[in-house]
Amino acid sequence: MNEILLHIIIALVVLIGAMSVSASLIWLERRLLGVWQDRYGPNRVGPFGLFQVMADMIKIFFKEDWIPPFADKPVFVLAPAIIVAATLIPYAVIPFSPGIVVANLNIGLLFFLAMASLSVYGIVLGGWSSRSKYPLLGSLRATAQLLSYEVFMGLSLMGVVMMAGSFSLEAIVEAQRGLWFCIPQFAGFVIFFIAGLAETHRLPFDLPEAESELISGFHTEYSGLKFGMFFVGEYLGVTFTSLMIATLFFGGWQGPLLPPIVWLPGKTLVFICLFILIRAALPRPRYDQLMSFAWKILLPLSLLNLLATAGVLLILRK
Amino acid sequence: MLSILRTLWGVFLHMFRSRETIQYPEQNILDPPRFRGRIILSLDPDGQERCVACYLCSAACPVDCIALQAAQDVNGRRYPEFFRINFSRCILCGFCEEACPTYAIQLTNDFEFSEYDRNNMVYEKEDLLISGPGKHPDYNFFRVAGVAVGVKGKGESENELPPVDVRSLLP
Amino acid sequence: MNILFYMASIVAVIATLMVILEFNPVHALLYLIVSLLSLAVIFFLLGAPFAAALEVIIYAGAIMVLFVFVVMMLNLGPRSADEERSWHPARVWFGPFLLSAALLAELLFVLRGGGGAGFGEVSPEEVGIALFGPYLLATELASMLLLSGLIGAYHLGRGYGEARRHEPGPVEESTP
Repeated sequence: MNEILLHIIIALVVLIGAMSVSASLIWLERRLLGVWQDRYGPNRVGPFGLFQVMADMIKIFFKEDWIPPFADKPVFVLAPAIIVAATLIPYAVIPFSPGIVVANLNIGLLFFLAMASLSVYGIVLGGWSSRSKYPLLGSLRATAQLLSYEVFMGLSLMGVVMMAGSFSLEAIVEAQRGLWFCIPQFAGFVIFFIAGLAETHRLPFDLPEAESELISGFHTEYSGLKFGMFFVGEYLGVTFTSLMIATLFFGGWQGPLLPPIVWLPGKTLVFICLFILIRAALPRPRYDQLMSFAWKILLPLSLLNLLATAGVLLILRK
Repeated sequence: MLSILRTLWGVFLHMFRSRETIQYPEQNILDPPRFRGRIILSLDPDGQERCVACYLCSAACPVDCIALQAAQDVNGRRYPEFFRINFSRCILCGFCEEACPTYAIQLTNDFEFSEYDRNNMVYEKEDLLISGPGKHPDYNFFRVAGVAVGVKGKGESENELPPVDVRSLLP
Repeated sequence: MNILFYMASIVAVIATLMVILEFNPVHALLYLIVSLLSLAVIFFLLGAPFAAALEVIIYAGAIMVLFVFVVMMLNLGPRSADEERSWHPARVWFGPFLLSAALLAELLFVLRGGGGAGFGEVSPEEVGIALFGPYLLATELASMLLLSGLIGAYHLGRGYGEARRHEPGPVEESTP
């Protein structure tokens, strides 16, 4: 009974933690962008503008939640829920420190990939059900982009899986006791990072919502709480991708001196900041550049990485 | 690829730069001398209204926000009976200031005016008039102009010869 | 575990029924996705987590997205739903219903006999060893098939504009 209670508490803490961290990312991102663009960012509401998130939430809660009369209503309502659910569920497989994990699946990594592939639906359906041109264009782009980047996101992780010999994230973290995988799997790390950027459709890969061309892409018609869910979904994705990078390539909760419960969030925070730095620095590529970069450079690279890892491992085992 | 990393590093270094933002309500903004803000009507150094109600400002105004009515006092000096600027229309372009022959209408540095009621944005003459000569402290139109409206007699203004006595035969 | 299994099965059956009964193609596809997901749950419960994950990644995550993608491009509105409705008079249902009833009866008979439930858990490693051990030939054949599909897709998507510019068109051939 106690164990079940512990599990429930862990799940709740992870849920609330993930939600509140991603909500406060709104503040963090705006402040950091401000820092890198020689300005302040939100600093009016509360100390350092920390309550800006609350203000935004209150605003979003009380906005009119408008469903366009031409939209496909059930699907329109379903789409943001899919996004949030599909990005929130994989938090369950991440080991935050030894023993603290919601569900230690032996296919944890595959579970993450499965949920990542499901989150495409939120975008595609959101764009389609709005029944207007810019959302549709945005979701067309999103479908093609997410499907292509998903392919080698999976492939780039297979090197890690080979080295750890398991799909379970806990086993992968354990296997990095001696050496973090970011060194032997550097190519895999870079490819996964780029694919993660594209999967969360963050700048510079935010073509599905490119403001200058598509207004705001697939969520043009959304307002109020539903728009807020898309927004939080995006930040949940950013947090999760950073968590995955830290877990898979940077030794997860492992690290000297400090307790494990500090190490993983610390590493994650570094990668979140890197995500935001990339947003502050890089311009958006053209769509065909994006696709040819994916298929002509990253896919062969990840295949090569896979082959090389397999070869080296075979030689070492013998 | 290298250029991307260089860009990232360059942007990262901005962390250590000072910020461009001026925290406006707490920190005063710069005061450029030719700023175009709220419009005022000024007095000449004698303490009389400069405005001669020539309607040039009203004609120059691209958004037609200036309305006035000319009148004359006992000396024949023109003045506006009413002078009304609708600041909810005004675009602060400064054309009226350029058009004014007497430096009566001037734009100031003040821009902090906002109202809950739109009618309060309509400024009457008494709201517009200030108690001084504004940007041109020494200029007095009727000391330069040739007309006599009680300020001085004919031919007494600066750089002006005394009036010719047309009845005298002497040159 | 049993309760979960039956819940997933009921969801799968209802969703699959709705796939057939729904007139709006995108809604039908959504039901199909739900049915695939519940199938994945069933796989998981039966001790094949690898198969379950692949079911979600490949079927629900990739193939169905492409289906939705294509249907999205067709720009089907309420009119096409009405058309769809008119294509389904009651007599059309009769033949498929008989056939599937026969299948169902067969299935029930097999289930009563006690078919193959109760495997142990199959880990990803075992799947891999099986694929590249005893079933190596089949795996390689399947990969050859996929490769030919890839090459075909590349050929089709090569860009007709460039090809046409270099090949003489029919009009140019006819003129001497």
